Amino acid sequence: MTDAADMNAAASTPMRDRLAAGLKRRHAREARFRWYGRLAIIAALAFLALLLGRIVSQGYHAFYTHTAAVPVYLDPARIDRSYPAGTNFEQLTAEQLLARWGVVDDAQGSKAKAMKSLFSSELKFRLAELVMKRPGLIGQTVPITTPFSDDADLYLKGEISRDVPSDQRRLTDQQLDWLDRLKAEGAVSARFNKALFLNGDSTEPELAGVLGAVVGSALMLLVTAVIAIPLGVGAAVYLEEFAPRNRLSELIEVNINNLAAVPSIVYGLLGLALFINWMHLPRASPLVGGLVLALMALPTLIIATRSSLKAVPPSIREAALAMGASRTQAVFGHVLPLAMPGVMTGAIISMAHALGETAPLLLIGMISFVPGVPMAIDQPAGALPSLIYIWENASERAFHERTAAAIMVLLAFMIVMNMAAIILRRRFERRW
Amino acid sequence: MTWLLPLILLLAGGLAYAGGLALARRRGRDQRSHSRPSQHAALALIWTVVPALVVLVLGQIAMPTVTAGLIEAREAPAVAELEPFRRAAFYSDARRVGAGEQAQQIWPAPLAQELTTTGKRIVWVRDGLTLALAAAVAAAALLGGLFAFARIRPGFRARNKVETWIAVALFACSAIAVLTTVGIIASLVYDSWRFFQSVPITEFLFGTKWSPQIAIRADQVGSSGAFGAVPLFAGTLLIMLIAMIVAGPIGLFSAIYLSEYAGPKTRATVKPLLEILAGVPTVVYGFFAALTVGPALRVFFNTIGGWLIGGPLDGVGQYLALVQNQMALTAGAVMGIMLIPFVSSLSDDIINAVPQSLRDGSLAMGATKSETITRVLMPAALPGVAGAFLLAVSRAIGETMIVTMAAGLAANLTLNPLDTVTTVTVQIVTLLTGDQEFNSPKTLAAFGLGLTLFLVTLSLNIVAQRIVAAYREQYD
Repeated sequence: MTDAADMNAAASTPMRDRLAAGLKRRHAREARFRWYGRLAIIAALAFLALLLGRIVSQGYHAFYTHTAAVPVYLDPARIDRSYPAGTNFEQLTAEQLLARWGVVDDAQGSKAKAMKSLFSSELKFRLAELVMKRPGLIGQTVPITTPFSDDADLYLKGEISRDVPSDQRRLTDQQLDWLDRLKAEGAVSARFNKALFLNGDSTEPELAGVLGAVVGSALMLLVTAVIAIPLGVGAAVYLEEFAPRNRLSELIEVNINNLAAVPSIVYGLLGLALFINWMHLPRASPLVGGLVLALMALPTLIIATRSSLKAVPPSIREAALAMGASRTQAVFGHVLPLAMPGVMTGAIISMAHALGETAPLLLIGMISFVPGVPMAIDQPAGALPSLIYIWENASERAFHERTAAAIMVLLAFMIVMNMAAIILRRRFERRW
Repeated sequence: MTWLLPLILLLAGGLAYAGGLALARRRGRDQRSHSRPSQHAALALIWTVVPALVVLVLGQIAMPTVTAGLIEAREAPAVAELEPFRRAAFYSDARRVGAGEQAQQIWPAPLAQELTTTGKRIVWVRDGLTLALAAAVAAAALLGGLFAFARIRPGFRARNKVETWIAVALFACSAIAVLTTVGIIASLVYDSWRFFQSVPITEFLFGTKWSPQIAIRADQVGSSGAFGAVPLFAGTLLIMLIAMIVAGPIGLFSAIYLSEYAGPKTRATVKPLLEILAGVPTVVYGFFAALTVGPALRVFFNTIGGWLIGGPLDGVGQYLALVQNQMALTAGAVMGIMLIPFVSSLSDDIINAVPQSLRDGSLAMGATKSETITRVLMPAALPGVAGAFLLAVSRAIGETMIVTMAAGLAANLTLNPLDTVTTVTVQIVTLLTGDQEFNSPKTLAAFGLGLTLFLVTLSLNIVAQRIVAAYREQYD
């Protein structure tokens, strides 16, 4: 007994030291491990911040634009009264500006050409419209406000630097000097870029806007919602409330789970083969886009609806049945109305998801340039995500900031939809 | 015309409902009726609309085939002599001419006249068929409605009939899901089969040269275009691996931290933020990759290359100095970021499914939390986590926009993450966008790739779901 106690005491010091050392090591490992987890989360959140920060920092410039206010003498010698729209107003303006500054042009008129390229082609349309509306102005000097061309606008926003060698930028030193001079004269003003929200797509960045794509996306989502929500709810009600437990129901269930994981581009191939090549529906139309997105949204919609149907306690069903309601009456009169907040939340979230889907749209033809604002579901139209893709591919640098702005518009719509879903859930969800 | 028909049908249905309601009320005035008048009326509506709708849909489906059959029955010999691809192109041009549009191709002399006459005939035949279809639909609606009206009697069990119809309709809704799968498989297999007639399947699966651009012209079918998809598979694999290297550890560790260490407050803030990352559309990630990550990585490697040039690692330096924006690393890294929330939320579910008793037992034996996680939790959760990773892999393989915008088009057979590679999805998009005549092997190749993609992701999903299901069962 005492021997054993002695031995214990003798052994205890090195043993305890070893244990203490081991414990220290183990605790250090514990702290390290905890930091791995923290770092992983920090990394993920940093990526999120970087992603959103980059988009905002690239895109906020697109929300304002520079316009020039210059006087133009509507020279009667240059304007054909019978066809005023045919006048080369840009040339006229450019030449008058050069003359006013005392710049002598060469024989080819290359300086006038360089000056002309600083202004948007909108200048021509504005002057033509003015002259057509009020022909009496011919022979007078009128002040005209016009957007700058995309490159001039970029310089005025400070995104084209003079330090870049002139062969690597799209504006010459002379053009930059002219812009500086216009600015010094107070002819340049920065204002909110209305064109971005009120115009359809255009080949010229300063005139391009997202309205066409927003309307196209809205039409498409309308088609998707009209098709997918009734079908999805119907399928979910069948599987959850009516389906007998047999092989067929099991097959359908497995099928739906697998469809939810099919890559979206495969749905694009399906849409191309089925709706366009076989049914000959119009290419690039919101109708076809909506159909494809509806097929794609169905599985997630079914899964969401089923889980909210499952959340309705069986006592509701049993009470209805006990009062003599038929199965159909119990489901449509009691279970489904109670599950409705959940169903609508799921529907809105899957619509928001469909709004951002791009790959299938490219395959059904929404990759080509569509000017203007679409008005019908069977006409070619753009969509927000495909517009983002098209603009990102454009060579003009001014489209890059507009791409980021279009992304902000898209994200804003998605945020609004998701907020609506969250509010709906908070407001109407019942816990049993 | 065909667009108007559903609307007219809807109107007819409304009339049938109103009529049925009135009739049921009158006939059931003197005695107790089994079903309510509205149920009789609903049945009248169903019988008016549904048969007519079936006729309409069947007619619409059959219309192209019947039209083609009628047109081809009187086909000009010059058209009959054309080879299949050209013949299909001729007919699609004839349709365009008939609709008053421009033909896409220029046709030589005998065919050019034939184009106009065929176009006219197509329009004529189609108009006639549409009229016939409208008549058939009207007849079906009328007969169905009359049948239903004839059956309105107090003793008739209209409610049961309506409920059967509802059950059938609900079943049809869920059958759409199966039909979608059938549609996907049918369209992919049909067009792939046409593709494999001009390009042997072995060449497609094992060939190492991919240059579909050469085969644009129809007379070059299969002879000079190279359709060996191995470089695409390798590129897809490479980008997927990079993505998993990024997403795997970050996703798994954040899931472990969130479920085992984080307090409720941290969870409540971090989880929604990760969900935002999951909700960002892929086209936005593509933009981020193409205009932020790509240039940043290029500058980084070019700078390192600049330092190394002239030193002992001159060769490496030369290579790094010429690295492009569109390297596999760009697309892979951004795809990894996209997958983080996916991996994290799946792993979170898996880890939470491990019974608390396992944790308690391990902690009671004196293990630290990290020891519990690495030696008890992880081995227990391993199958589930593996399933989650497989699902992420399948996502990465099928992801399109990031690679389309940030990876290149050059089909290099390489495993170097700094090289430009291309993927299956990029090629599908490239082959099917832009100017194209649909019936060339070049565009059909996209369906071959699509079929491969579908089969691979489907098997990955099935395996992953099996694993996860078996894992869940173990602890239920």
